[in-house]
Amino acid sequence: MTDRRRARRKAAWRRRRLVLLLMSPWLVGFSVFFGYPLAMSVYLSFTHYDLLSSPRWIGFANYQYLFHTDQQIWPAVSNTLWMIGVAVPLQVLFAFGIALMVSRARSGVGIFRTIFYLPALAPPVAATLGFVYLLNPATGPVNVTLSHLGIQGPLWFQSPQWAKPSLVLLAVWGVGNTMIIFLAAIHDVPRHLYESAELDGAGPWQRLRWVTLPSISPIILFAVVLGVIQGLQYFTQAYVAANVASGQASQAGDLPANLGYPEGSTLFYPILLYQHGFRYFNMGYASAMAMLLLAVSFLVTLVIIVNSRRWVHYAGAAR
Amino acid sequence: MTTAAATAPLARRKPPLAVRRRRFLVAVANHSLLIAVAVLFLAPFAFIALTALMSTNQALSSHLWPQPFRWSNFVDVWSKAPLLRWALNTAMYSGLATLGVLVSSIPVAYALSRLRWRGRDAVFLVVLVALMLPPQVSVIPVYVLWAKLHLVGTLWPLIIPSWLGDAFSIFLLRQFFLTIPEEYLDAARVDGCGELRILTTVVLRLAKPAIAAVALFSILYTFNDYFLPLLYVGESPHHWVASIGLSQFRSLHQVQWNLTMAATLLVMAPVIVLFFLAQKAFVEGVTLTGVKG
Repeated sequence: MTDRRRARRKAAWRRRRLVLLLMSPWLVGFSVFFGYPLAMSVYLSFTHYDLLSSPRWIGFANYQYLFHTDQQIWPAVSNTLWMIGVAVPLQVLFAFGIALMVSRARSGVGIFRTIFYLPALAPPVAATLGFVYLLNPATGPVNVTLSHLGIQGPLWFQSPQWAKPSLVLLAVWGVGNTMIIFLAAIHDVPRHLYESAELDGAGPWQRLRWVTLPSISPIILFAVVLGVIQGLQYFTQAYVAANVASGQASQAGDLPANLGYPEGSTLFYPILLYQHGFRYFNMGYASAMAMLLLAVSFLVTLVIIVNSRRWVHYAGAAR
Repeated sequence: MTTAAATAPLARRKPPLAVRRRRFLVAVANHSLLIAVAVLFLAPFAFIALTALMSTNQALSSHLWPQPFRWSNFVDVWSKAPLLRWALNTAMYSGLATLGVLVSSIPVAYALSRLRWRGRDAVFLVVLVALMLPPQVSVIPVYVLWAKLHLVGTLWPLIIPSWLGDAFSIFLLRQFFLTIPEEYLDAARVDGCGELRILTTVVLRLAKPAIAAVALFSILYTFNDYFLPLLYVGESPHHWVASIGLSQFRSLHQVQWNLTMAATLLVMAPVIVLFFLAQKAFVEGVTLTGVKG
């Protein structure tokens, strides 16, 4: 009796050890690169820290500056929200529209899928450089083509009004990942749902509205959440575009004049955070900014997921 | 009429001519729109390629077609910037990081999917949360850590973390491991295999597509990564990877759009070649990320 119990305990211990062994890379990684930095960020956000001398406790001063004094925070926040609000819906719309068309194509599905996916593969820096050239106001191919059609093209990346829409164009061009996910989801919609809808007299639009859309709504939610999360971290394209368009791209772009070029219109929150943390080495203040970003990311994701219960339909879930 | 319709098998019946004609027209409209959008999506690539073949002056003019084609741009560009060094640095970052992601994430994903233990689902939730948070949130203390270790200015801060489990890869592998039928694993257990052996033989063999997808995504991620390389090697040109080098290319060669576009194409090329070599793994992998679980 005791022998068996001991054997069982030994087996349980061996099992626990195995789990611990398998999980160990993540446990270490999570603690060092996630748990510790998170706790440390909270602490640093209450200090003045420039990396040279040790952190000096200053209470809520960073947050006071963040919410009351810093003139760049609000433009950065509103630019970021603008980008999320415009680019994410457009991306979902384009991805869905293209996926729908590809799924209905009678031939060439593979070719179309490849063509629409390719831009998503282009490295962001390369794609951004390409677009800054394409949208070059005077001699870029887009405005040259437009002028042949008798339209005077905008100044794109050189204009405070058009710089963000140019970035949206770039984002919509790279919509291939989402498109492929939608395409797979559309293929997975059970055929019999369409057939019974058709028997009930539903036309193509009604089938789209009442069969396709509800069936893939979890995937749409996934794309929206992912898009918002990526929008909150939006950095590379805006940073490179501002540096290249301003034409004075210096070593690692340390000229404040480039920041959000033109006229701060592409100053996004992560770029401002980078500037404070790693150009000015205001590590304490950048940590406070990181805390705000953390709170907002958490909140936004939560709101979307809670709100989605109203419109996301999970197959098999009770109403 | 109604009786005939009721008795005839619904699916086999040929639709009337009017319906068939309408379906044909819809298909034609659909294809035309698809082709139009596809041309718009391909146009940037075409213009970049055309510009890459122009002379310097022509690239600054409003001509869209190179005259003559200067294929030598693709040779010149190698001497204008240390492309080879950037390529080697990128290969080192990409290779070592991808190897690390695989070695560290596979066991974690296995423990999170095929072993039963208390707190497993809670831990998985934590992995997902880690996936959701912007890297900017934790980047400052991590940077301080690397600075104290005197590793800022080298590629190690980019490589080492991937040897300690990557949340996205863990998530993707777990989703795939869950689809492996329990019978396969039980059969191996009956044969007297321990869990580690099951992992290294049965699971690894069955999960090849997912592992390939994770490796591809990791290569792609490291190749495209800009924020972290800018942070850690932005100031040391000796360690620049392709993404950093390319972003600085135009500042090195102020107005040579033709060479800039040639370099851009050269940076795009490896990814696109990789895609055509492993198209199936790519598409399967992207699809897998969208599977709810």
